[in-house]
Amino acid sequence: MSSMNSSTQNLTPEMFQPIERDTLAQEGVSSKKITFWGDVWRRFLKNKGALIGALLLLVIGILAIVGPEIHSYSYRSVNYDLINKEAFGDHWFGTDGAGRDVWTRTWYGAGISLLIAFLATAFDLFIGVPYGCISGYYGGKVDNWMQRIIEVLYGIPNLIVIILLLLWMKPGIIAIALALGITGWITMARVVRGQMLKLKSQEYVLAARTLGASTRRMLTKHMLPNVLGPVIITIMFSIPTAIFFEAFLAFIGLGIRPPEASLGVLINDGYKVLQLFPYQLFFPALVLSLIMFSFNLVGDGLRDALDPKLRQ
Amino acid sequence: MDRKNVLEVKDLHVSFHTYNGEVQAVRGVSFEVKNGETVAIVGESGCGKSVTSQSIMRLIPQPPGVIKHGEILFEGNDLTKLPEKKMEEMRGKEIAMIFQDPMTSLNPTMTVGKQIMEGLIKHQKLGKAEARQKALEMLRLVGIPSPDSRINQYPHQFSGGMRQRAMIAIALSCAPKLLIADEPTTALDVTIQAQILHLMNDLKEKMDTSIILITHDLGVVAETADRVVVMYAGKVVETGTVEEIFYKPRHPYTWGLMGSMPRLNLSRDTELSPILGTPPNLLTPPKGCPFASRCEHAMQVCKEHMPETTNSSDSHQVACWLEHPMAKPVDIPHDVVGGVSK
Amino acid sequence: MGRFALQRFMYMVITLWVIITLTFFLMHTMPGSPLQHEDKLPPELKEEILKEYGLDKPLPVQYVTFLGKLAQADLGSSFKYDGRSVTDLIMQGFPASLQLGIQATIIGVIFGIILGCVSALRRGTWVDNVANVFSILGYSVPNFVLATLLSYYVGVKLQWLPPAKWDGPEYSILPTLSLAVLVMATIARYIRTEMLEVLGQDYMKTAKAKGLSARTAIIKHALRNALIPAVTVLGPLIIGLITGSLVVEQIFAIPGMGWMFVDSIQVNDYTVIMGITIFYSALIIVGMFLVDVLYGIIDPRIRIGGVQE
Repeated sequence: MSSMNSSTQNLTPEMFQPIERDTLAQEGVSSKKITFWGDVWRRFLKNKGALIGALLLLVIGILAIVGPEIHSYSYRSVNYDLINKEAFGDHWFGTDGAGRDVWTRTWYGAGISLLIAFLATAFDLFIGVPYGCISGYYGGKVDNWMQRIIEVLYGIPNLIVIILLLLWMKPGIIAIALALGITGWITMARVVRGQMLKLKSQEYVLAARTLGASTRRMLTKHMLPNVLGPVIITIMFSIPTAIFFEAFLAFIGLGIRPPEASLGVLINDGYKVLQLFPYQLFFPALVLSLIMFSFNLVGDGLRDALDPKLRQ
Repeated sequence: MDRKNVLEVKDLHVSFHTYNGEVQAVRGVSFEVKNGETVAIVGESGCGKSVTSQSIMRLIPQPPGVIKHGEILFEGNDLTKLPEKKMEEMRGKEIAMIFQDPMTSLNPTMTVGKQIMEGLIKHQKLGKAEARQKALEMLRLVGIPSPDSRINQYPHQFSGGMRQRAMIAIALSCAPKLLIADEPTTALDVTIQAQILHLMNDLKEKMDTSIILITHDLGVVAETADRVVVMYAGKVVETGTVEEIFYKPRHPYTWGLMGSMPRLNLSRDTELSPILGTPPNLLTPPKGCPFASRCEHAMQVCKEHMPETTNSSDSHQVACWLEHPMAKPVDIPHDVVGGVSK
Repeated sequence: MGRFALQRFMYMVITLWVIITLTFFLMHTMPGSPLQHEDKLPPELKEEILKEYGLDKPLPVQYVTFLGKLAQADLGSSFKYDGRSVTDLIMQGFPASLQLGIQATIIGVIFGIILGCVSALRRGTWVDNVANVFSILGYSVPNFVLATLLSYYVGVKLQWLPPAKWDGPEYSILPTLSLAVLVMATIARYIRTEMLEVLGQDYMKTAKAKGLSARTAIIKHALRNALIPAVTVLGPLIIGLITGSLVVEQIFAIPGMGWMFVDSIQVNDYTVIMGITIFYSALIIVGMFLVDVLYGIIDPRIRIGGVQE
């Protein structure tokens, strides 16, 4: 031990008067308080990739809304005098085989693809969340049966069901979203149920209850962040999956019918004339890849931000 | 006791860099461990005892952790300055460690035998067959029944107590000079705790190993330790032999520790007195005595100046302003003295 | 372990039955006659064909007949290919698809493991960042886009490798790459997460406390524990590969099952659609089952139940 390192101090007898403990500032928890969502937000902001992804999504989102309106052409207005022209004048991305403006069609198509993905995710939420909640909350026999059903359904490959359903229905925006939703909710239900079960058995929930936390506080402080987090992450990954599937289906001939446009339809059309006019494939493919890339970046960022295990 | 020092820790400072700033987990810790001695480091969670022990093994994750200052002399060599390769040769061979939770400290996908053999093959350059023989011997030594079949089993086939025995077998397989046991019994049932402690005491005698025992359980200390280091907020507040700490404790924090522990000699209606308040935040350690804000006997000086370390006997040191001649003498609370019968 | 496998097996059988039934009824209630492409046929001939394919009987009867034939691996015969048996068609297309799948898996798994490990061990450094961007890109760029780009630029423009057809090993390089990227990206991300998890475990500290070097500790303790759960990704990967093969075979004009399936969808060759659907489902479901069992075998915690006292 170090000895007498403070011999130069001027100590006076007054300093040795006992003092009340209460007069001392209790500085037990003096560091600034970080709320759960504040912490998530901070870690999300620190993640450059996620920020770039969010920014890209914002730009793409705006363009999907505003893009088709910039020029006077609509996504379906044909002009047989200007067929398959590379970028010129105000046809920034050129024109396609029917003289339609590729820029306008690309952003219109991006909008439709996003719409399909959002609809599909909405289906996921509306079926998956209640199913998972009920199964996880009630537990016991109810859960057991609901789980058996999930167990069987989960084994059925999405791909097969989606293709079969689309052969059966006429491919359209709603039909594709429905087919994606019908297969997608199972993941959501599993995630929600898992979280509910985990929470029910968690000691800190019991502890919080024992300490007299109000129901409201329990929900906002403990349950909500824990269920909401994984649900948001699942959404962030199911959107790009849906966008991928839409494009994939278009590619194998199960897409929306022309003159409607989605990114998948545009890519499929572009693919057919790839050797001659590669630009017609390039732009929609780029936008599609960027959307998927951004969603994955943001999803990753959110997962890292929400996962307390990886907290530093 | 004028045996040689196996280990000397001098003015050790360890910090962790976090988002909020630098957490000064260990702030100038010094103590020594003599040959064949058991030294207990006690204190509340977060007082820096585990960080100190992991610093000795250089197992602090770097970053965010960093040994900022001080020396750790093992048989005269400063471990803080050893290159990693040399340090690897020390770990397991000269200094070994067992951890708190035997459930998670063993690799779940490797047989217990292989996990014991690893160190033997590395340090004693044994062949597979020899290492296996030695591993069997170790299993027998730590009291695992039918080691011949147990050696091929996986950790999940062992009970908690058996796993901790296996951990001890791993740690002692190369007959280290120093064993660091970080809360070795905390995760175990009470009955198993006693068995493990006896085993450690036993093996210490047999193998002439020194032990650093990290614990917050004074009962464990009384049962096994020769000397005690009491830590608080990254500092050593009192050291002494077990007798001195239990019968003549001088630091109010040590009194607090004793007072908050259930004892058999207390009358039924004596209430246990917990230490009120919480330890200071080590992001912004107080400039005076870290215990001042929780201390019943705090004085003005405690808030402003760090207390000096004074010797109350050759083996007994205290860092408290009450030791100063200008302070009004305070009696040791009588219900604390001799708290644990040895 | 035995009970676990048996239970999985039961689920497998039920799932398979559900998908077969679903396929059957969806296909048979599909709007539009299966023979709509042969509209010019005289009605008598059409009726004859319907009879020949057993389509004139009530649906439940057809269903039972169908199940019975299925049990003998008889999937009926194709409408388009002049009554060739669907089983034959599948067997003809499967080898190419299988070869592609296996090649892509091998390449993807090897590079995925390397990428994931490096990324986890160098966490937070530029190496990790580059590897991460690489793997996110890997499954953000849809495989039909990647395949198109590879076929067009490497095949047509640069002429380094054949852009299409199936005439020898060099023809499999580009399609294999198109499929392998997704496998690699998936495995890399999974391994990275698992590896980070494992590196934080107490037993890694024990391994280091024994005096093992960082390298030995990682190879002997971390890698093994990170790889075991990674086996579970193999299930979803089978699906990913099949999905990929549908478009990749189309783009590279490979006469595999994927190509055949897409072709049958486009011409409404419904016996072939049904046959391949069922074959794919069986492949995926049996694959998932085998992965589950494999996981049980390599993880000693499942393989050997606890004998705690």
